[in-house]
Amino acid sequence: MGKIWDFLTATRGSTRLHWTDWVSYAYLCTGIFLMFGPVVWLVLSSFKTEADLQRFPPTLLPYAQQTVEVDGYDDALPLFVMTAGEYEGMTLAQLRRVGNQAQMIDPLNPEERLRVNIANREPVEEFSLATENYTSLFERFNFLRFFWNSTFITVTATLLMLLVNSMAAFALSKYEFRGRTAVLLLVVGTLMIPQTVVLVPLFLIVTELGMFNSLWGVIIPGAATPTGVFLLRQYMITIPDEILDAARMDKASEWKIFWRIIIPLSAPAIAVLAILAIMWRWNDFLWPLIVLTQTENFTLQLALNSFQGELTTDWSSLLAMTVLTLLPIATVFMFLQKYIATGIASTGGK
Amino acid sequence: MLQILSPIMRIVEVPMLALQRLLGINKLAWVFLLPNLILFGLFAFLPVILNVSYAMTGGDNVLLADRPNVGLRNFVTLTDCENFLDPNSCREDKFWRAVWNTTWFVTLQVGAMVGFALLTAIILNGKIRARGFFRSVFFFPVLLSPVVVALIWKWILQREGVLNAFLDWTGIGGYNWLVDAQWAFTWSVFISVWAHMGFYTLILLAGLQAIPRDVYEAALMDRASPWRTFRRITLPLLSPTMLVVLVLALIKGVQTFDEIYAFTGGGPGTATTFIIQYIYEEGFAGAPRLFGLAAAASLLVAIVLVILTLIQLWVNRRNVDG
Repeated sequence: MGKIWDFLTATRGSTRLHWTDWVSYAYLCTGIFLMFGPVVWLVLSSFKTEADLQRFPPTLLPYAQQTVEVDGYDDALPLFVMTAGEYEGMTLAQLRRVGNQAQMIDPLNPEERLRVNIANREPVEEFSLATENYTSLFERFNFLRFFWNSTFITVTATLLMLLVNSMAAFALSKYEFRGRTAVLLLVVGTLMIPQTVVLVPLFLIVTELGMFNSLWGVIIPGAATPTGVFLLRQYMITIPDEILDAARMDKASEWKIFWRIIIPLSAPAIAVLAILAIMWRWNDFLWPLIVLTQTENFTLQLALNSFQGELTTDWSSLLAMTVLTLLPIATVFMFLQKYIATGIASTGGK
Repeated sequence: MLQILSPIMRIVEVPMLALQRLLGINKLAWVFLLPNLILFGLFAFLPVILNVSYAMTGGDNVLLADRPNVGLRNFVTLTDCENFLDPNSCREDKFWRAVWNTTWFVTLQVGAMVGFALLTAIILNGKIRARGFFRSVFFFPVLLSPVVVALIWKWILQREGVLNAFLDWTGIGGYNWLVDAQWAFTWSVFISVWAHMGFYTLILLAGLQAIPRDVYEAALMDRASPWRTFRRITLPLLSPTMLVVLVLALIKGVQTFDEIYAFTGGGPGTATTFIIQYIYEEGFAGAPRLFGLAAAASLLVAIVLVILTLIQLWVNRRNVDG
């Protein structure tokens, strides 16, 4: 025991934990609770039945009332345990309820009907996952449609962005031509024009190009990003020119050099940009909100937002949908969090 | 992945090779740049120019040709105020409410966020086990979409939510948080800090780790107290990173829309309506669609953002030059 304690409390520098270390760990553990807690709570809640969600105070784990099949009755009957009155201690199944009186039967002796006051009973509950919250999403809503829209936008926009931005980065890093500085300044200039401040004219242009209410209207305007061009250019500059010259000696075309040499060699930077692009596109909200006004074109984010207005009381569907929306990003995060962190630290975000 | 795309790339090679023969190698650069430049032109530079003409025209028609010229009237409408500090005295009172809400929000959010990010980064930079794990804990919410963030917290804060259950249990008693203007605003600041703090923590941590170790060793030799070391070494050496973080946070703060719109819808009343939501609602959500007013307001926001971005670029350049 002592050895384990020594191991756990050992630190890199000194051998013993200082009080400041305790404060640090306390802070970090509060951090775990605050950062993960809400998401864990969301996931746990999403497995609760609508009745369980209405309960106050809420329970940590999802519970559902136990039911029992009794001969002679078609539906399974909810079980209650009597807490007071003449049947105290017995477990009874409810037939029907009228006012504060309920007709109950003993599942072991289903012939006799008993009348009890509902104040004298408590439901028998067991841990149970309400997976129907999830399955009903596919039946009641056009969930797959939204999922497909989001996936289509994310994948197409990411591929398009990688291609367009890496071509530009290649030109800006490996060619000497007049006007290169001007182009670089132009790219810096676009850094100053976030989508949020040109919404109105952007809307006109997209409408004029016939992309209003089309997924392409979301994909194309964001395909060229200054961040992407800079990130890739920074990386491509480090690729030695000798490789390109050798390829040119072998009569490789410039396109082949770009496609066969530059792209594979820039893979680490491209991977970082791809992760960022997937994140941006999957979570994108304001621009899709303006461009996509028909429900069948909604992305998951839009669907989630519009349902929270319509279904204020139907938390069970809403929570399940929220979990499914964050699931792809959470999965990506678990496997790639190291790259995401370095990627974001190196670009300074969008 | 590459295998799937390679037939397409082989097809693209044919016209590219022809262009290469025609233009020569160095001029081919323009061909590589073309798609990107077209997109920048169409969706970044052209909109900036059009934005000005929208701001100078009225009516609710999208097509510029059908819009009557109104000169500076949109700007006059926006700035017609007896007292700029009191939105009630303004003709476009919603705009000024949004402006002041945004100002307050940005001040509180950036202050709290950068403060906590700095604290977290300093703790993570200490002698901590499992630093990578803790770093990703704080970073995790950054990945969540704004709507998901809003819904998670709405679920926690609702009248019969888990927070109220806890407060009931402690005896303080629950509260209907999002119905109260001041609490809705406070929680908006909170969820915004919650969602974005990890990003700035990451940048600050990278900044801290770039400070050379030997400076600290020298301070240790001189028996400098930890507080003195922090004040005299860490803070000055971290200040360039701090400045970048501050400006970035300001730029993003001014553009806050998504999570708050999904969280409170700008309410109750206009308590959490920020400037981008004002633009969205004037231009796209309401009828008539006041594109001119929205564009004029965008232009004012753009000026603020351009100034902030120029500061950012200037700071970045100074950092690179050392």
